[in-house]
Amino acid sequence: MKLSREEVEHIAELAKVGLTDEEKTLFQEQLSAILEYAEMLQEIDTTTIPPTATVLPLRNVMRPDEVRPSLPREDVLANAPQSEDGYFRVKAILE
Amino acid sequence: MSRGGACCNTYSKVEPRKGSQLKLHELTIHQARSLLKSGEISALELTTAAIDRILQVDNEVKAYLTLTPEQALEQARQADARWDAGEDIPLLGIPLAIKDVICTEGIPTTCGSKILENFIPPYSATVIERLRAAGAVILGKTNTDEFAMGSSTENSAYFTTHNPWDLSRVPGGSSGGSAAAIAADECLGALGSDTGGSVRQPAALCGVVGIKPTYGRVSRYGLVAFASSLDQIGSFGKDVTDCALLLSVISGYDPRDSTSVNRPVPDYQAALLPDVRGMRLGVPREYFIEGMQPEVETAVRAAIDLLAEMGAEIVDISLPHTEHALPVYYIIAPAEASANLARYDGVKYGFSFPDATDVWDAYRKTRQYGFGAEVKRRIMLGTYALSAGYYDAYYLKAQQVRTLIKQDFDRAFELCDVIVCPTAPTTAFKIGEKADDPLQMYLSDVFTLSASLAGLPGLSLPCGFDGEGLPIGLQIMGQTFDEPTVLRVAYAYEQATDWHTRMPTL
Repeated sequence: MKLSREEVEHIAELAKVGLTDEEKTLFQEQLSAILEYAEMLQEIDTTTIPPTATVLPLRNVMRPDEVRPSLPREDVLANAPQSEDGYFRVKAILE
Repeated sequence: MSRGGACCNTYSKVEPRKGSQLKLHELTIHQARSLLKSGEISALELTTAAIDRILQVDNEVKAYLTLTPEQALEQARQADARWDAGEDIPLLGIPLAIKDVICTEGIPTTCGSKILENFIPPYSATVIERLRAAGAVILGKTNTDEFAMGSSTENSAYFTTHNPWDLSRVPGGSSGGSAAAIAADECLGALGSDTGGSVRQPAALCGVVGIKPTYGRVSRYGLVAFASSLDQIGSFGKDVTDCALLLSVISGYDPRDSTSVNRPVPDYQAALLPDVRGMRLGVPREYFIEGMQPEVETAVRAAIDLLAEMGAEIVDISLPHTEHALPVYYIIAPAEASANLARYDGVKYGFSFPDATDVWDAYRKTRQYGFGAEVKRRIMLGTYALSAGYYDAYYLKAQQVRTLIKQDFDRAFELCDVIVCPTAPTTAFKIGEKADDPLQMYLSDVFTLSASLAGLPGLSLPCGFDGEGLPIGLQIMGQTFDEPTVLRVAYAYEQATDWHTRMPTL
């Protein structure tokens, strides 16, 4: 198979998605199959071909650096799972 | 209603939808507008009829995730007052359905996911503001594959939507709820989103009209992002006229979307001429493949023959990198999705795992329990393709082949004005049939992916039915910002046939 179990665990950790043992096995098989299918791209010579990140000719679309009204704080916090004193409450980042 | 057993070449004639013979919920937007304008019907009657229809059939079709009947009736009453005052704006009093990946202020927007089960957006998407400014009534939010990832609506964390033509089958996806709602007359118009085919393919499977505009034509502000270089909001209608009408309202430059193109929107209604004489229609040989359902090929070729009889010139073209579009898409889209879905961490909104031990555990568990399998699969695929050591072989490579796919179209459009081909390789499959094989499911998108990768407009409209009475879709792809030509070819074909007048029996 294209992916080892360790690689599946590594990717899951990069993506911060917890997986059960069954999911690790299932995804190892399914992702390997998809990646094997994607091997067909290697048969194309792309040495002189630029990559397309976006189909539009637009680049660096900016707006003037002017302060504009934002969402009111209550609206911003309205969906918060935990909030306190007008802040989002999160788990400790630093020890 | 004609149904089942009828081969695409022989069909019993059904009277076109005439306002006076149809029930209110069966009207098209343009028919409803004339009746509203003449005062024969009221907006309140129209929205009430739509809501009654939803109550009558949606427990079987399951197109809607959230219904907003009280708000809809109030919007309808306001529309009546405005009609009475002499106002006439394009969607005044017209009841619409919105795919649940589009933010609607104050109305839950779940993206078909448990991770956003309780999310109520504090703002509305630009397209919603435009619909409301045009006087539209919003009936509710429709079902979708989770975060728009899927081709059957089976990946919704809530339930699967059923195809109104055969309730044991999928409506397609990911905008299956919107497509089914149109087909079942549970709304007069609908919005969906299309990243790799998610408006066009369900339109084909549900026998309705759906368009994915040119990338940059419609603002993505307020569309929950899946793959930012591919996503576009599109419209569904019971016919080309309605689809074009909705497209007109939602299109246009939006400074809040940095990928929105500042280019005037043509009058799409003016483009609807039933005349294809002298137009060059490209037929790509790579879009007629082994493994596609024979009746789909027969119906699409018959449609192309009809267009030729109507005076169009048929040009054989080649899009050599068509088969590579699938792996290109299934590397680029998941890669972009892995970045776009990193925000779902349980901090600012959405599901948050309650008993985490530390911040990392909180993220892992929130996302483990909040996301469904397909979403996790794509996040993983995308993360892998972007990771150190694999970026060049996968993501960069895919982007380079994307350039080649775009160049195929550039060359083809030197020989033709639009491209005509099938929308999907098969008609609607049974619920559960492809759910266990992700790669099989991905193959349903093979004809729609390329237009997304190249940023081109694509439309699907009905062109027949298979032996089981299931709809078949014809796809028309155009050059960038050439929606008018796409719509014109679609309209001409539609008006020479009556597929669009057939309705499922529910």
